Amino acid sequence: MDLNMDLNAPHSMGTTIIGVTYNGGVVLGADSRTSTGMYVANRASDKITQLTDNVYVCRSGSAADSQLVSDYVRYFLHQHTIQLGQPATVKVAANLIRLLSYNNKNMLETGLIVGGWDKYEGGKIYGIPLGGTLIEQPFAIGGSGSSYLYGFFDQAWKEGMTKDEAEQLVVKAVSLAIARDGASGGVVRTVVINSEGVTRNFYPGDKLQLWHEELEPQNSLLDILSSPSPEPMNI
Amino acid sequence: MSKSVIEVPPKGGFSFDLCKRNELLAKKGVNPPSFRKTGTTIVGLIFQDGVILGADTRATEGPIVCDKNCEKIHYMAPNIYCCGAGTAADTEAVTDMVSSQLQLHRYHTGRESRVVTALTLLKRHLFNYQGYVSAALVLGGVDVTGPHLHTIYPHGSTDTLPFATMGSGSLAAMAVFESKYKEGLTRNEGIELVTEAICSGIFNDLGSGSNVDVCVITKGGKEYLRNHLQPNPRTYTSTKGYSFPKKTEVLLTKIIPLKEKVEIIEGGDAMEE
Repeated sequence: MDLNMDLNAPHSMGTTIIGVTYNGGVVLGADSRTSTGMYVANRASDKITQLTDNVYVCRSGSAADSQLVSDYVRYFLHQHTIQLGQPATVKVAANLIRLLSYNNKNMLETGLIVGGWDKYEGGKIYGIPLGGTLIEQPFAIGGSGSSYLYGFFDQAWKEGMTKDEAEQLVVKAVSLAIARDGASGGVVRTVVINSEGVTRNFYPGDKLQLWHEELEPQNSLLDILSSPSPEPMNI
Repeated sequence: MSKSVIEVPPKGGFSFDLCKRNELLAKKGVNPPSFRKTGTTIVGLIFQDGVILGADTRATEGPIVCDKNCEKIHYMAPNIYCCGAGTAADTEAVTDMVSSQLQLHRYHTGRESRVVTALTLLKRHLFNYQGYVSAALVLGGVDVTGPHLHTIYPHGSTDTLPFATMGSGSLAAMAVFESKYKEGLTRNEGIELVTEAICSGIFNDLGSGSNVDVCVITKGGKEYLRNHLQPNPRTYTSTKGYSFPKKTEVLLTKIIPLKEKVEIIEGGDAMEE
């Protein structure tokens, strides 16, 4: 009975989402777990959604709300691009998201990070958390797993990183959050946006670096059972 | 008790007259019947040539099985089918509605329907009702862009997956898929895997049962295998049959053909306004 109630719970993306600026563009990163209560409804979801060719958004919170908000903003941006006659700027995209989030704050439950590159401002990251605030930041973190990353970023983030440094930072951060947050998991997806274009990358969960007390990924339970264990498993 | 009660015809809108009565009845323990739900195990997977959908066939009303062989795989378009879990009325109504919208769209555009069109129509409708339309769907089909499989949740969120399960038996079915699914399955392998997953739901979940329905959709066409597997036959049927004692004795049989009672006028004037 309990399980039944849980499966009808609205889909929330437990989530860890990150957006980081670097020297020449931005890197967006996210985990891939969508949960309904205690069940993982989708272990390989894509939380980094395209708004335009040069602007992407990381979604967290209610899956339905964030999907619909990004659908509407994609539609508005498409119209805007046609009317403007040139690619939309990241600021406009972030503002449209903010308008929807703020004006419907009573009905929506979604935290978003907008990131992209345009020719006027270069790479920009805008965080739009629950109430509908719009805040431009050099880096932004969101989702339930972000709680574990505030200290990490305070220490590890620096101005003027290269593209590879920034991407490695994002992957490391999401991986740390996955290790500690039950609602984050699966694979790490990153999107790099700069003047040259957009690159999507994918890091499978079992290939990530192991942190404190994490065990090697096993192929089969039988391998663990057959080898003598030094201590009984703690539940 | 007012003597002058004017009978005013209801103007429309909900009439709350019976609510007090319902409350009193509920206190006495007489509850209204619960919604008919499809407890359900529904699955879908993408195989080499297209999509295979599967479903069980039990519909429940609380603890009672109200339909032992219902159809949970709904037609959306010639190349798109949709399995539905949740409240039976909601899944039927929403899939019927979107199926009609798709047909109108086909007439407008002159093209075969695409799965993403059905997906968007369904998710917009469900989101607008904020989860009150309790329909959890597995939508699958093959169109010009290839095979597609999506899950749609009652609140309006969607996922695109190579294999998916929904309903109360989804955990049992997902366990089978996670251990045995691989890319590039053949048609027979796919049907076998889908059947196995549904059977896992049927035998391990109380809300699912009876038979297995399978639907195979490929570029060439579709094959709806209704009751592909019937692992729950009725094992005991009495050979004697049932005979009910005749309570009422027949005293007289008189047949009066109606023609004698009714005058039939041949010809006559045509009806005029």
